[in-house]
Amino acid sequence: MNVYQQIAQNRLKTYLIFIVFFFLFTGFFAIVGASYDNPIGYAGMGFIIAVVTSVWSYYNSDKVVLTTTRARPAQKEEFFDLYTVTENLSIAAGIPVPKVYVIDDPSPNAFATGRDPKHAVVCATTGLLQILDRAELEGVIAHELSHIRNYDILVSTITAVLVGTIALAADWIMRSMWWGGGSRDRNKSPILFIIMIIALILTPIVATIIQLAVSRQREYLADASGALLSRHPDGLANALEKINAYPRGVATASNSTAHLFFVNPFRKGQMANWMTSLFSTHPPAAKRIEILRKM
Amino acid sequence: MNPTVITIGIALAIGLFLAGTYNSLIVLKTRIEEALSGIDVQLKRRADLIPNLLETVKGYAKHEKQVFTDVTKARTAMMNAHTVGEKAEAENMLSGALKSLFAVAEAYPELKANTSFQDLQRQLEDTEDKVAYSRQFYNSNVLSFNAKVQMFPTNLIASMFGFKSFEFFGANEEDKKSVKVAF
Repeated sequence: MNVYQQIAQNRLKTYLIFIVFFFLFTGFFAIVGASYDNPIGYAGMGFIIAVVTSVWSYYNSDKVVLTTTRARPAQKEEFFDLYTVTENLSIAAGIPVPKVYVIDDPSPNAFATGRDPKHAVVCATTGLLQILDRAELEGVIAHELSHIRNYDILVSTITAVLVGTIALAADWIMRSMWWGGGSRDRNKSPILFIIMIIALILTPIVATIIQLAVSRQREYLADASGALLSRHPDGLANALEKINAYPRGVATASNSTAHLFFVNPFRKGQMANWMTSLFSTHPPAAKRIEILRKM
Repeated sequence: MNPTVITIGIALAIGLFLAGTYNSLIVLKTRIEEALSGIDVQLKRRADLIPNLLETVKGYAKHEKQVFTDVTKARTAMMNAHTVGEKAEAENMLSGALKSLFAVAEAYPELKANTSFQDLQRQLEDTEDKVAYSRQFYNSNVLSFNAKVQMFPTNLIASMFGFKSFEFFGANEEDKKSVKVAF
């Protein structure tokens, strides 16, 4: 499978994820609506919210991510290695050179964001640039460029926003029900009420699991195609070892941006909430290193 | 169904298959040409850096005439190369000549301390990397085209329209790191 077939396949996957999410979201709202005797109205509302949030995030997610992580544009003179490594590997990947950003943070990490290769950003922390040599940096950037080329950046942003929206909606409905809104209708259809409770609990969990599965699988894939790009899997493996040994996380990372990073930006005892520790957004570094060493 | 309908149906199916295969071959071929022009851009960039480099080095190491001649000769050969094979060969020659130029420079501490020399060396190293990466991209495109052209049933259509396998660009991939200019 070459670059182009891979892109075609991932684009198809993107659409499928879109569809699954739209159904999940609309269905969730329909079930909620059913207990209020208005399934179609609620389904329509759910669909509209899903469309609006995805369209909005399609155009703005990268800016949001860059702002919240306090990234700044990198100049070629100041960050010569990062800049030229990105240029070189873009040539090998056959994509336009993405914008290059840095975060002033001693914790080594990196991420890519944007919606397609023409509107993409690669971002590294200053800590990453300090501890890695050029070959290791090539490994990390090749991994990030694979995310860009494979359209992973689009999928991960879209799923992140949609999962976030589902969780938000579930929370919102749960609260309004709790404080009395639904008590009158509950007597009308007890079975629907139970289904609704189950849907309320299950939908955010299912959505999160999908997001995590997608994210984890993609890390392995990006490792593999990154190694193919840089022709040097050991560079990436060494980088992973060095990064994994660093004790502190990225200060400006949050729950909503965690899955974008090269390795989990949170460290033990620094988890943002219990969800992050229960479901990890990243495969264990040891496993990734093991696979890379076998290449 | 009468035989005419069946015949027309089969003819249509064959026609569609032919058109589809032909178009996909054209797409792949265009990508290879694009990748090749990507290599040319980097080769040109490198050729443009060399006169400046030679000027700088001559200022400190006048007597190393042999090295200068080699580099100039390799550069000219590269600029006059037309086929992929010629380009690859000239590119290798130039890499070798530059390597000995930088080896010579080692003996001149003042030259090594010159900032514009350092800058040129850094730029040349970077361009060498870029040549290697664009070559890699070109070769991976050639690989998928050649595989397609040789496989059944595409090979029949390819030979019908005169599609031929492309030549790989130059030496093997392992050379990539070894052509790097040493400090």
